Amino acid sequence: METFTISDRAKKTTYALIAIGLLALIAGIATGVSGQRIWANVLINGFFFFGIALAAIFMMSMQYAAEAAWGTVLKRVFEGVSAFVPVGAGVIFLVLLVGSFHGHHLYHWMDPNLYDPNSEHYDEVIAGKHGYLNLPFFWARAILFLGFYTIIQRTFRKRSLEEDAGAGLDYHKKNITTAAIFLVFFGFLSPVAIWDWIMSIDTHWYSTLFGWYTFAGMWISGITFTTLLILYLKRKGHLAQVNENHLHDMGKWMFAISCLWSYMWFFQFMLIWYANIPEEVTYYQARLADYKFLFFAIFAINFIFPFFLLMDREAKRNTGLLVFVGILVFIGHWLDLYLMVTPGTLKSEGILNWFEIGLALGFFGLFLFVVFNALSKAPLVVKNHPYLEESIHLNQ
Amino acid sequence: MHKDSKIREPLIYGVKSYKQISDDICRPVEGKATKSWYIAITFTSIVALWGLGLLIYTIGTGIGVWGLNTTVGWAWDITNFVWWIGIGHAGTLISAVLLLFRQRWRMGINRSAEAMTIFAVMMAGTYILAHMGRTWLAYWVLPLPNQFGSLWQNFNSALMWDVFAISTYLTVSIVFWYLGLIPDFATIRDRAIKPMMKKIYGLLSFGWSGDIKSWIRMEEVSLVLAGLATPLVFSVHSIVSTDFATSILPGWHTTIFPPYFVAGAVFSGFAMVQTLVLIARKLYKLEGYITIKHVEYMNIVIIITGSMVGIAYLTELFTAWYSGVEYEQYAFLNRATGPYWWAYWIMMTCNVISPQIFWFKKLRTSLIVSFIMALFVNIGMWFERFVLIVTSLHRDYLPSSWEMFHPTFVDIGFFVGTLGIFFTLYLLFARFFPVVALNETKSILKTTGADFKE
Repeated sequence: METFTISDRAKKTTYALIAIGLLALIAGIATGVSGQRIWANVLINGFFFFGIALAAIFMMSMQYAAEAAWGTVLKRVFEGVSAFVPVGAGVIFLVLLVGSFHGHHLYHWMDPNLYDPNSEHYDEVIAGKHGYLNLPFFWARAILFLGFYTIIQRTFRKRSLEEDAGAGLDYHKKNITTAAIFLVFFGFLSPVAIWDWIMSIDTHWYSTLFGWYTFAGMWISGITFTTLLILYLKRKGHLAQVNENHLHDMGKWMFAISCLWSYMWFFQFMLIWYANIPEEVTYYQARLADYKFLFFAIFAINFIFPFFLLMDREAKRNTGLLVFVGILVFIGHWLDLYLMVTPGTLKSEGILNWFEIGLALGFFGLFLFVVFNALSKAPLVVKNHPYLEESIHLNQ
Repeated sequence: MHKDSKIREPLIYGVKSYKQISDDICRPVEGKATKSWYIAITFTSIVALWGLGLLIYTIGTGIGVWGLNTTVGWAWDITNFVWWIGIGHAGTLISAVLLLFRQRWRMGINRSAEAMTIFAVMMAGTYILAHMGRTWLAYWVLPLPNQFGSLWQNFNSALMWDVFAISTYLTVSIVFWYLGLIPDFATIRDRAIKPMMKKIYGLLSFGWSGDIKSWIRMEEVSLVLAGLATPLVFSVHSIVSTDFATSILPGWHTTIFPPYFVAGAVFSGFAMVQTLVLIARKLYKLEGYITIKHVEYMNIVIIITGSMVGIAYLTELFTAWYSGVEYEQYAFLNRATGPYWWAYWIMMTCNVISPQIFWFKKLRTSLIVSFIMALFVNIGMWFERFVLIVTSLHRDYLPSSWEMFHPTFVDIGFFVGTLGIFFTLYLLFARFFPVVALNETKSILKTTGADFKE
């Protein structure tokens, strides 16, 4: 039985990262970084890592629904990544809670004056959205999403450990049902959650594609991180049954979903730019006015590198290239989220310096801590899974 | 060595050997055509001729014979164009994407699906040519050198992008289809007794020798073409969607269009494949190769893509309200409750609500339910395009310009005619070409054949 123990170095690294995050936070407060900027960063990092963990559940569920076998030897790794769901849910909860009590102003629509016709801050357009953007309904949705995702994550994990102990197809069949339920709810709920937590920052703005676009970003971030984690585990001598064929499949997903994300980036941008309707184009004008370099750099990093470097078959089986592209794409999608949140919350004042980097490293440390912990709690390869043999003998 | 999991259901039923597979699949090509085939093709040819007659009438007289008016200047022509091009999608999707995903159930249905793609894209093209009015000047859409006169092409227009996307797609689809057919033609050639047949299939098979090198090359080229065809599936329908979405018309201009059109195309395409393979399965007794499991897989794709389309409908509806833009709000309210409310609700029922019955295993493994649902989906997807195009146009910005669209007998007859042409071509295909990829099916016999599984 193969178990993963966190090496001393890994342990120290995660602690060091968390310490950097805390130091950055303290230094930030001491040097007068605005509350708005602090909370914007908590949202960016919370959502980024929460999205990665959700994408791991999504990948697992999809494999159940599609009767896919290749990823069975990797299932525990996906499970490990998904372990961050409850923690990520907690971070999002905190951001929303503080916002609701006006501890920050990330969500402009939370200001009650906007809806008062007698107030000088009255905003007719936002008042028109009040039926959807109001605190009770918003919170009902948030609790539904966060609770539902946490329950599904727990259920999958629990059943996976039980399946190790008991043979039979019962667990597998139940997992297929859970996967289908997750996929349906996630399909319907994830765009809604993205409207609530990200799109409503730019309260006036709307785009029908935004939900799927952001989801594609979560998905590719999840795949990329999981690939890097698999490569790390292999380097440490684990996952002996995972060979270049499995890496090839992960590489294909990285390539394909990078293309999907780029496709949505392009069409959302192109259609809004082409039609040039004032209500819609403001979103891109804000980004092009103050964040032009970052705006195009994100597309370049997240499309050009994976597209050209991972197109070749051998590239997807090459550890070095996967790591190189993986790290770039991982950072690239963090930046994408940064650019979704910052212009709406900090206007043209958004900066990207030691504070943002420090806090992101801190969250990364926390994320790694949770994931490593989950990985070390159970054998790295599942047992009694009906597709395990097929997965081990994967060749292409 | 591949180890098929024990819980996987077989994809080939019956006691089969390689020879038996050749016998089963070549039988319709080698034997005499059945009476039912003659009846069917007589019927479809008559309908096809009726359609061709109306096409000639349209070209000869002008598109004034259609029910268009100054407000609704695009109606059945574009509805039918998008409908056909959408159907033309699943063929390459099944073939290319399932090949890339190593799905073995592809083998049972990919040949029919690819043929369907080509015929459907041809039908779509007919509408494009016809709706130009002066069809004989159709070559003006091509980027010709200036010697032909002044430069007509407008590269800023999504319609121009369509020309490139669709012609590339058609070319790649034909090459992909034909490549798979080459070894199968060679098998028919090698089995042929009549000299004429040997000669024809010999020519069609390009002298295929069946040696290992040829196979390696064919598989490599197939993979490359699949890799090219997959982004093309996305590109074609995304660009069709930009015909609408690049405008500023409420109901047309919405950013979700590209992926939502792609999902809708796959949805309707799979429904059409389902219709075709269920007929072929029955007519040619291919139950051993197109199994209930194949049908079930297709139904699962139908429910997934149908639900994606459903999410897109609801997203559009919600965002129209959320946007606070009066025109957007009206466009969607008018769709659901205006004079074309019935079209909207047919669309909703057929595309989003009714496919949900496939959540029940009993229903998604029932052939008759699958067949009826496939028809429902095709009707629903036709109405989706109709709703999208006509309801967005019929309410102009000025109420004095509000108009309704009434199809003439030419509109209706031409559409029915394209169905006739399509099915005539499919019947000819099913008579002279192997409808199941016979050599590729052999490659999965030992791993997925019921007789070979313990």
